[in-house]
Amino acid sequence: MSEIAIRVDGVSKQYQIGRRQTKSNTLRDVIAGALTAPFRRASQLLRGHATGAAELDETLWALDDVSFEINHGEVVGLIGRNGAGKSTLLKVLSRITEPTKGGVDMYGRVGSLLEVGTGFHHELSGRDNIFLNGAILGMKRMEIERKFDEIVAFAEVEKFIDTPVKHYSSGMYLRLAFAVAAHLEPEILLVDEVLAVGDSVFQKKCLNKMEAVGQQGRTVIFVSHSMPAITRLCERAIWLDAGRVKQDGLSHKVASAYLNSGLGTSSAREWPDATMAPGNDIVRLRAVRLRTQDQRLAEAVDIREPVAVDMTYEVLQPGVALWPCLIARNEEGTCLFSAIDLDPAWRGQPRPVGRYVSTAWIPGNLLAEGTIIIETIMRTVHPDILHFREPDAVAFQVMDNTMGDTARGDWAGRMLGVVRPRLQWETQFNPPLN
Amino acid sequence: MENSLPPRPLAAAPEAKTDVLPHIRIRPSTGWSALKLRELWEYRELLFFLTWRDVKVRYQQTVLGAAWAILQPVMTMVVFSLFFGKLAKVPSDGIPYPIFSYVALVPWTFFATGLTQASAGMVTQANLIKKVYFPRLAIPISRIMAGLVDFALAFIVLLGMMLFMGLTPTVNIIWLPLFLLLAVVTSLGVGLWLTAMHVQFRDIAYTVPFLTQLWMFATPVAYPSSLLPEPWQTLYGLNPMAGVVEGFRWALLGAGGAPKPIILVSALVAVGLLVSGTYYFRRMERTFADVA
Repeated sequence: MSEIAIRVDGVSKQYQIGRRQTKSNTLRDVIAGALTAPFRRASQLLRGHATGAAELDETLWALDDVSFEINHGEVVGLIGRNGAGKSTLLKVLSRITEPTKGGVDMYGRVGSLLEVGTGFHHELSGRDNIFLNGAILGMKRMEIERKFDEIVAFAEVEKFIDTPVKHYSSGMYLRLAFAVAAHLEPEILLVDEVLAVGDSVFQKKCLNKMEAVGQQGRTVIFVSHSMPAITRLCERAIWLDAGRVKQDGLSHKVASAYLNSGLGTSSAREWPDATMAPGNDIVRLRAVRLRTQDQRLAEAVDIREPVAVDMTYEVLQPGVALWPCLIARNEEGTCLFSAIDLDPAWRGQPRPVGRYVSTAWIPGNLLAEGTIIIETIMRTVHPDILHFREPDAVAFQVMDNTMGDTARGDWAGRMLGVVRPRLQWETQFNPPLN
Repeated sequence: MENSLPPRPLAAAPEAKTDVLPHIRIRPSTGWSALKLRELWEYRELLFFLTWRDVKVRYQQTVLGAAWAILQPVMTMVVFSLFFGKLAKVPSDGIPYPIFSYVALVPWTFFATGLTQASAGMVTQANLIKKVYFPRLAIPISRIMAGLVDFALAFIVLLGMMLFMGLTPTVNIIWLPLFLLLAVVTSLGVGLWLTAMHVQFRDIAYTVPFLTQLWMFATPVAYPSSLLPEPWQTLYGLNPMAGVVEGFRWALLGAGGAPKPIILVSALVAVGLLVSGTYYFRRMERTFADVA
């Protein structure tokens, strides 16, 4: 089996980012726009702007001339930074959105798994949802009937199969949702990072299932931020950067190139060559490392666990007061917080030459689940010097769990917000006065 | 109900096991795209499940459940009978006014509910649209089809009322399925236009209730079309719901004689709406996932 399963040929996808915000979705605006457009265009010409120039800088090429071929039976990892176009590519392949240019040919039934539990309805029973979700994912009714018992057993929800899923615990809900998806049997399977939800036991179960799928000779495209998962599941990896294919090859080679490029978001980075390290003649950054309380490298951490950011730097000139800072962002690039080293021992003190490690502890039960990217900065305030600024120094994954002792309690659905602190809750009860 | 499997789709074809793998071709589409009705047929099971979900959820979530399907046209009939029948003395082609108006309200309610449900469909199902591929036409179609269950219930009440009042349906009743089909085609045609527009223009959400209200008074629901002199009466068929309502009255009550020309005009307009609506929907469809 070496015939082609997927051929992607010069696919480009353009999004209009600026216009979507300015151009509102009301009829009034469309009518008003149509009436004023000639005048606007005329005034643009009078001011010396070319027509249409204004629109040009409001577009974004999420994918830019992407081409590759995948044979039947290959399991391919898709890696890249946030915004590199991975999700857009999956959406194009799963026909959710159309490419602006180029084309794709796929040979075989395509199943896409961009989210577990798509189309689940809270009012319907587990049984009903299996059929509904299966149909939405493209399974035939006979197929669902045949696999029904298997799905129920995998999800371990036998007793509650006729209970509306709104009464399910969050763990049961996720297990059922994944169970349906896991029994999808198309020739080509597209999987987004659905494994970033749930507790570690559940994640392991999902990974094992994914591995089994790969061994059945099916073609899989798997998007993940987790390099260990990519190298474990995939033989080949494609690295997308700014909408283009940057590298395509053996997964461990591509993954290590990605991590070493500085674009990658690993949990630890080192600059062994001092001359190449970020910084100047006063101070240079030598390493940034994320670790947990039990000294593990913090790649994927439970939401309840605190994470330490160890910033190792070398002071080359004595007598300068330094301000180590860090900024945390989520995958959308939203700034979550910034922090400045407050250790009284060195606060505002001129430092002697030598190696320093500044550690900041990010408390558990604070950040929402997802990828957290840490930027490290070193500056001096009097006089104002920016010694170095490393925007994507390190990153880690926060995973929420369904044990019931996190901010989400027993809720399994979507939680909004960029942080997820566990608040102190109290309820006062005042009985009615008789 | 809880212990049974969901009902079987009407045509559960055996699973196709072919050695030839399907070829999926993705190219940017320009201008008007093909309707891909065959693909829609391949997804008929999903269409069935979406319809079934809409019906089940609606009847499970509301306190009165199925009673809503009957209450709405019945209450409207009571109000109409009081104000138009008793006070304004609107003629009713020699039929008791309550039956006269209810016969029209049954298909009308199906139409109006279908429009409301369909037009909001793409926005309420945005999560689905952004995460899985299936022919997008399935959403408005399933939402309109779900209204057929309400229609059936209201229709049973209609038959009961006729029996109670000693009216027996005429032989013309054999034509009734055709008029129901006309109502479905009209609902789909208008529904597809509104659904596609709703994704682009959120104004549609506010327009639909207003539109259906105006449209009802432009349809001979509360009054007979025989109030109009002849050339105008046939032109009235340009509103396809006028054809549906007059067709229902004729098929069930034999009122007003066979309304041939008006039905023909209505049928042509309805088919025109359906074809243009489907093309328009398919044209706008490609932007749904990016906009919804």
